[in-house]
Amino acid sequence: MSSVKTYVRPMAGWWRRNPFFVRYMIREASAPLFYLYALWLVAGIVALSLGPSIYAAWWTVAQYPLMIVLNLVILVFAVYHTWTWFSVLPKTTPDIDVAPGTLIGAGIVAAIVACLALFAFAWGVTR
Amino acid sequence: MKRSNAPVFWALFGAGGMLAALIAPMLVFITGVAVPTGRLLPADAMSYERMLTLARNGFGKLALPLVVLLFMFHGGLRMYHSLHHLGFHTGSGAKAVIFGIAVLATIAAAVALLAVG
Repeated sequence: MSSVKTYVRPMAGWWRRNPFFVRYMIREASAPLFYLYALWLVAGIVALSLGPSIYAAWWTVAQYPLMIVLNLVILVFAVYHTWTWFSVLPKTTPDIDVAPGTLIGAGIVAAIVACLALFAFAWGVTR
Repeated sequence: MKRSNAPVFWALFGAGGMLAALIAPMLVFITGVAVPTGRLLPADAMSYERMLTLARNGFGKLALPLVVLLFMFHGGLRMYHSLHHLGFHTGSGAKAVIFGIAVLATIAAAVALLAVG
């Protein structure tokens, strides 16, 4: 194989030059947060299967102020994800013949209903 | 022609994005804020006994690994593409690590849930 030196346009810092791309990259920060949140859940599930004392250790960590703050950060990004996910729904589902505003509104309402239902479920079984 | 595996990744990405958009804010609030602080929900709402009941329940057995799989494939695909956007052209190595961990984590959750009976 002969190596050919082609010009590669430098891309460093491209997203900082445009507010639209800055918002895009902020949105992308939610990706590793969902990933880490799922890993944290797995740790809890595995701890549960290992017995009460291991689960208690996981729960102690879950109550650390740092973990609460981290979860609050994840919560903010999750809400931003919900908002942006449904905001681009008319573009990501071009085959659905519904007015864009209706589609976005329906998505947001569905998310609110789903969240309230989840809370009602948690409230109902623990109170 | 070799069939592309891209649709599998994008389907799981899409399903995860939708699931996260619908319930992630409340799921994170309940498990990460409300119950650990004992605000709005009782602090023992995620006690060992209650979580064991959920883990032994058919709904819990199905829902928990599904949340793990979909959240990790959704976040994972975006992480993989963000690496490229940030100038790290890691190729299939990063993809193998990101999705390898996602698959292993899902299996670990499923095995643990089966182990509790």
